[in-house]
Amino acid sequence: MREIRYREALREAMIEEMEKDASVFLMGEEVGHYQGAYKVTEGMLEKFGPERVLDTPIAEAGFAGIGVGAAMVGLRPIVEFMTWNFSAIAFDQILNNAAKIRQMSGGQFSCPIVFRGPNASARQVGSQHSHAMEHFYATVPGLKVVAPAFPADAKGLMKAAIRDNNPVLVMESETLYSVKGQVPDDQDAIELGKANVVRPGKDVTLVAYSRMTHVALDAANALAKEGIEAEVVDLRSLRPLDEETIVKSVWKTHRCVIVHEGFPYGGVGAEVADRVQRLAFDSLDAPVLRVATLDVPMPYNAKLEQACMPQADRVIAAAKRVVSRGKA
Amino acid sequence: MADSNVLERLYRQMLLIRRLEEEAARAYAQGKIGGFLHLYIGQEAVGVGAIAALQPDDYVVTTYRDHGIAIAKGMSPRAMMAELYGKVTGCSKGLGGSMHMFDAEHHMLGGHGIIGAHIPLAAGAAFASKYRKDKRVTLCFFGDGAASIQGFHEGISLAALWKLPIVFVCENNEYSMGTPLSRTISVDDISKKAAGYGIPGWQFRGEDFEEVQAQIGKAVAQARETSMPSLLEVRTYRYRGHSMSDPGKYRTPEEVEEHKKKDPIAIGKQKLVTAGYDEAKLKGIAESVEAEVADAIRFAEESPEPELSLLEPTTYDGPFAS
Repeated sequence: MREIRYREALREAMIEEMEKDASVFLMGEEVGHYQGAYKVTEGMLEKFGPERVLDTPIAEAGFAGIGVGAAMVGLRPIVEFMTWNFSAIAFDQILNNAAKIRQMSGGQFSCPIVFRGPNASARQVGSQHSHAMEHFYATVPGLKVVAPAFPADAKGLMKAAIRDNNPVLVMESETLYSVKGQVPDDQDAIELGKANVVRPGKDVTLVAYSRMTHVALDAANALAKEGIEAEVVDLRSLRPLDEETIVKSVWKTHRCVIVHEGFPYGGVGAEVADRVQRLAFDSLDAPVLRVATLDVPMPYNAKLEQACMPQADRVIAAAKRVVSRGKA
Repeated sequence: MADSNVLERLYRQMLLIRRLEEEAARAYAQGKIGGFLHLYIGQEAVGVGAIAALQPDDYVVTTYRDHGIAIAKGMSPRAMMAELYGKVTGCSKGLGGSMHMFDAEHHMLGGHGIIGAHIPLAAGAAFASKYRKDKRVTLCFFGDGAASIQGFHEGISLAALWKLPIVFVCENNEYSMGTPLSRTISVDDISKKAAGYGIPGWQFRGEDFEEVQAQIGKAVAQARETSMPSLLEVRTYRYRGHSMSDPGKYRTPEEVEEHKKKDPIAIGKQKLVTAGYDEAKLKGIAESVEAEVADAIRFAEESPEPELSLLEPTTYDGPFAS
């Protein structure tokens, strides 16, 4: 067991998979000579050379499409978006090519590709650079979407993503890159679609992923001081979604609050809420609540930005609301 | 003068494509084929001539006007027609339809429905060839309408930057759906754009399949030997509308008739006559094409439809992700 940072865990996963499989290569803006805009890919150019670590021009649709074509004929590209915000430029390549090649070719071609990069808010980067893009992508059949919160999961899920024969989108977080965590020396791939109960509790289930898992844990610790034991389910994978783990927790707690970044209209939270009401209806003692980013473009002002993003206090308030309703 | 066996093979291929599409149009009118149907009629010499310049394991990627290209790349008429009928025996098991002619065995990487979005994808196939040093070349077809969109620019720009073994072939049929070239683009020759990417580019006419084969052959050789991509514009003309729903009222009948005087199949036939083919021999070719078309139609008609159980395994490799 070692303590490493989230960005190092991602890098180790990529390096280990590239060492094992010559068909894996990395491309993106500033991934090589610059060593990565967020230093996730630091040292990889020196290790693998310019044939396998490719700096691209600023052409997201172009290099995403090159990745898809290369994957169709048997390579296993890792395509970095400097941030997922810029993937909007390549949305058509992901939606119409990566996700559909297999189906529209009647299963003749697969698309084993990883798209990765930091997602959701950073700090005061304004409305165009703060999108939680996972909500758009998780609705699309043909894609898989993961959003690890801890270094060990980042490593294990990245390895699984690279080995998967389908397009897998890895949602990282700029604000998590420096977070440290214990990672087993032999951390292997973690099966996609498996959530993790990161804190046991009996009174309310908090469902979260990526950075919001940390916010949910903060909220749970505060709630514990008031005698409310929250169970925190870290989804890790958004598609496939581990409804079994979610439902099992709700059967135990009878209450559910979902915490995620991104707009409250639709999205992953709405999907989880639907599954909980369908699969655990008789167990629920309160409505399922969602704590999301406020329904406005992200403002630049630091105070307003913090107010828009889901914070522990909003999670605590939502948890108390569902807990008190059940007991009143 | 080319070997008469080669001439006959390529002429027959053009005739087969023409006749398959004429019958597809008939089946469409009868409601047996749904959705969109974009016909290649009038443009056959481009696909047939271009693909004749390739090796069998080279890659081809094209647009939604893909039936002729797929046949030229080696797809069976049965697989093509059954796909149009939405049958499970179609090349894409009836899940793709007219716009998505894929054939892994013949390295036909589709039929794509979004204008220009397949151009980076084609560059990706060429990237893989360069990565693996397998000496394959990718041929990427698109229309003049694609020259205004992002995918065109980014795909060619990256292929030029990374010197990928690919030939970009603009099939300029003079109309971007219903809008003439003069109202969609600021140049009269799309190959001029090659200069902006620092790659070779030139223009030629596409009615004579031998001429197409020779011109594309030069570009393919450059791609294979020196990994130099190129951007070619082939002037061609479609006799039918953009798709079956388009009566083509933006063109005069005189304009269409003028182009039909340079019909690629008539030109091909003349080549065979010059090579000594008599009426009986030409009739023999036509009859064998008719038999193959009739067989494809019968096969499509009689084939079963795909089952619902096909959907999940063709969406994901491995367990379904929901």
